[in-house]
Amino acid sequence: MQTLTVSRTLELSKNMPNAWFRLRRRIWNHGMLAIMYFTALMVTLLLAGLIGFICFRGVPFLTLELLTSASSYLQGTIGILPNLLNTLYIIGIALGFALPIGVGAAVYLTEYAEHPRIISVIELAAETLAGIPSIIFGLVGMLLFTQLMGLKQGVLAGGLTLVMLILPILLRTIQESLREVPNAYREGALALGAGKWNTIRTVVLPSAKEGIICGCVLAIGRVVGESAALLFTAGFGLKLNDFFTALESSSATLTVALYIYASEQGEIDVAFAIAVVLLVVTLALNIAVMLLGKLSGRKA
Amino acid sequence: MQMLFFLCGMLTVAFVVCITMYLVIKGIPAVLTIGPAEFLLGIHWQPVDNEPEFGILPFILTSIYGTAGAVLCGVPIGLITAVFLAKSAPPRLALIIRSAVQLLAGIPSVVYGLTGMIVLVPWIRNIFSLPSGATLLAAIVVLTIMILPSIISVAESSLKAVPKEYEEGSLALGATELESYWRVTVPAAKQGILTAIVLGVGRAVGEAMAILMVAGNVANLPNLFSPVRFLTTALAAEMSYAAVGSLHREALFSIGLVLFLFIVMLNVLLRLSAVIEED
Amino acid sequence: MNEILRINNLNLWYDSKQALQNINMRIYEHEITALIGASGCGKSTFLRTLDRLHDLTPIVRITGEVLYKGQNIYDPDIAVTQLRKQIGMIFQKPNPFPMSIYDNVAYGPRTHGISDRSQLDDIVENALRGAALWDEVKDRLRSSALGLSGGQQQRLCIARSLAVEPNIILMDESTSALDPISTGKIEELALKLKERYTVIMVTHNMQQARRISDRCAFFWLGEMVECAPTDQLFNQPKDVRTKLYVSGSMG
Repeated sequence: MQTLTVSRTLELSKNMPNAWFRLRRRIWNHGMLAIMYFTALMVTLLLAGLIGFICFRGVPFLTLELLTSASSYLQGTIGILPNLLNTLYIIGIALGFALPIGVGAAVYLTEYAEHPRIISVIELAAETLAGIPSIIFGLVGMLLFTQLMGLKQGVLAGGLTLVMLILPILLRTIQESLREVPNAYREGALALGAGKWNTIRTVVLPSAKEGIICGCVLAIGRVVGESAALLFTAGFGLKLNDFFTALESSSATLTVALYIYASEQGEIDVAFAIAVVLLVVTLALNIAVMLLGKLSGRKA
Repeated sequence: MQMLFFLCGMLTVAFVVCITMYLVIKGIPAVLTIGPAEFLLGIHWQPVDNEPEFGILPFILTSIYGTAGAVLCGVPIGLITAVFLAKSAPPRLALIIRSAVQLLAGIPSVVYGLTGMIVLVPWIRNIFSLPSGATLLAAIVVLTIMILPSIISVAESSLKAVPKEYEEGSLALGATELESYWRVTVPAAKQGILTAIVLGVGRAVGEAMAILMVAGNVANLPNLFSPVRFLTTALAAEMSYAAVGSLHREALFSIGLVLFLFIVMLNVLLRLSAVIEED
Repeated sequence: MNEILRINNLNLWYDSKQALQNINMRIYEHEITALIGASGCGKSTFLRTLDRLHDLTPIVRITGEVLYKGQNIYDPDIAVTQLRKQIGMIFQKPNPFPMSIYDNVAYGPRTHGISDRSQLDDIVENALRGAALWDEVKDRLRSSALGLSGGQQQRLCIARSLAVEPNIILMDESTSALDPISTGKIEELALKLKERYTVIMVTHNMQQARRISDRCAFFWLGEMVECAPTDQLFNQPKDVRTKLYVSGSMG
């Protein structure tokens, strides 16, 4: 009885909306909430389904032999060791070049640059670079490194191409972490008579360490997942090479190998096994980023 | 030292200039040889025929239709999920979904392509009884899934940046929480949501490998149920066998230029809309 | 002099920290009641309890009753949206929605189911007139509300509240972000509004409380120390803390 009196007095006041509208409003509110839960659930289930399916198809074929041997027609073996190595080589080359450039550019932007116009030009360039499709990087990398500079297809040309691709990621992350270094640190060091570069080297960069590592992890993730930019720069080769041979011989990374096995050789099982490897790496990198975020968050 | 750092910064600019210049220099000649109209509006792509034809309209239209389809499906799903995560979800559930979305963003495109090829393509063939399931539809589905993470995360952070005062103002007028989120917070986050959409469009336009594996790769004018070829997949599929120095190869560079111009236009539009918003 | 709100033994906690202690108070129709006190004394927190605006903050716990026309607004059966329609709130910082002036005022009525165009036009015009803003904006109803000055924005927020025909208008330091001239206009408006509505305002400005309120309540450290007609509270305070505060030697 209480309910009735309460709602009657509160609602039968001025300008009562009609019952039909109140019903519609109720349905909208409940329906919307249901739709929101449903959509979010669907997105999560999609991921779970994707991961589940890939593991279901790939794990049975992910043997030690596959991971530690090379593919050979003569011996009739299939192995992804070369591709694992090629991926590592390319990570090494791309980071080896891009990290110093990224740190340098970020230091310039946060510590030295005074002209707002120069800052905005560099930032605009980084933003533009981040928006360019990877197939374009592949195209330009091919023209620049294999035609103009005369390199052969291989992990060197591939790695150099990816330098352009990961530079904006490194630049943005490192720039952010440098900005978070409190100015008091810099002033403290400068007050002790340290020069500007000394201050940066001994105080600023070390306190931005987590951010720099985080940028590297993100960049590694990008390199591991990249395929389109590597097709015409690193190539399709499945042969096992040491680092120096691989520099200039056609070398497929894990992603490119997945494409070759799935689309050109019809070895779907191998493709799924590679997919499992890629998933594990992606997951590990994600967790690393999360932990690094927590670490630097705690410090701040 | 300062000079060295300055050079590092300028290297970023140099990359952009270099990419632009290279694409223009390498892309223009073939367009001139073929004729701009024949190239952009021709509907036949037969680069290795005796009488070769280089019309890329099918690729352009496929890229536009495919992107539009993915955005049409992806934006509502992404926006609803973003509002849910930013506003309505219990914190623990939001955390789980957010990590799932982040993971989804990190999965390499070939993995999406592979799964699409093995699961989605047969489904589409069976459901619509087609000769092959590798169609524009399959590409749209894959692209939709691939652009979701960026739409969700950018839209969520822009929704979270909307001042709480707007929601309180709406609640105080007797609106429910959900009504406040959808009728006040979402419009207030318009610019950020637009950025999210543009980011999604950019990703969809530029994606190559995943759709190379599911779209069937035939230079048809776009149709939901036929195999198609995108600007990106034309490059990815043909570059390795187009003979060096041939018009075919040059024409592929021109396709790269067209693709690049698409991306540039997109960014200019976004900037313009931000400027208009500020006025 | 009819009683419209009665607050009985109201307590409020943020987590484990008690912010309001055993508040008992009555609010009368067609009066301006001012809540004064030092910042952090709980007067804004209290004001927000009257519109159930703490509902969205899970760490807030409330006990006691707020009787609106004899019914406890914290009763689980109360329709919160109907309650908030009848008790409007004007915030400290003007918060017009980022949409046109017209849409801002029409937002409330639309939310409550009015979609007829001419009816909406009437409501918008009346609300803007009621907030003394009509003459200033009647030629640019379609332009963005964010282009208005701070004082105009605050009056727009008042118009937005009036458009849903409330009985009570709560004002949470609604002039503190404004210049003296805009403040004067809002005060004038508040005096006009009390003829049709009941106004409860939080203010940190004692002159303002003195100028326009009929009744005044003094808050101190989460307690409502004293509530009396304004003259009496300022000239013959009963509690020694009120005396110290209004004489300016405490707070």
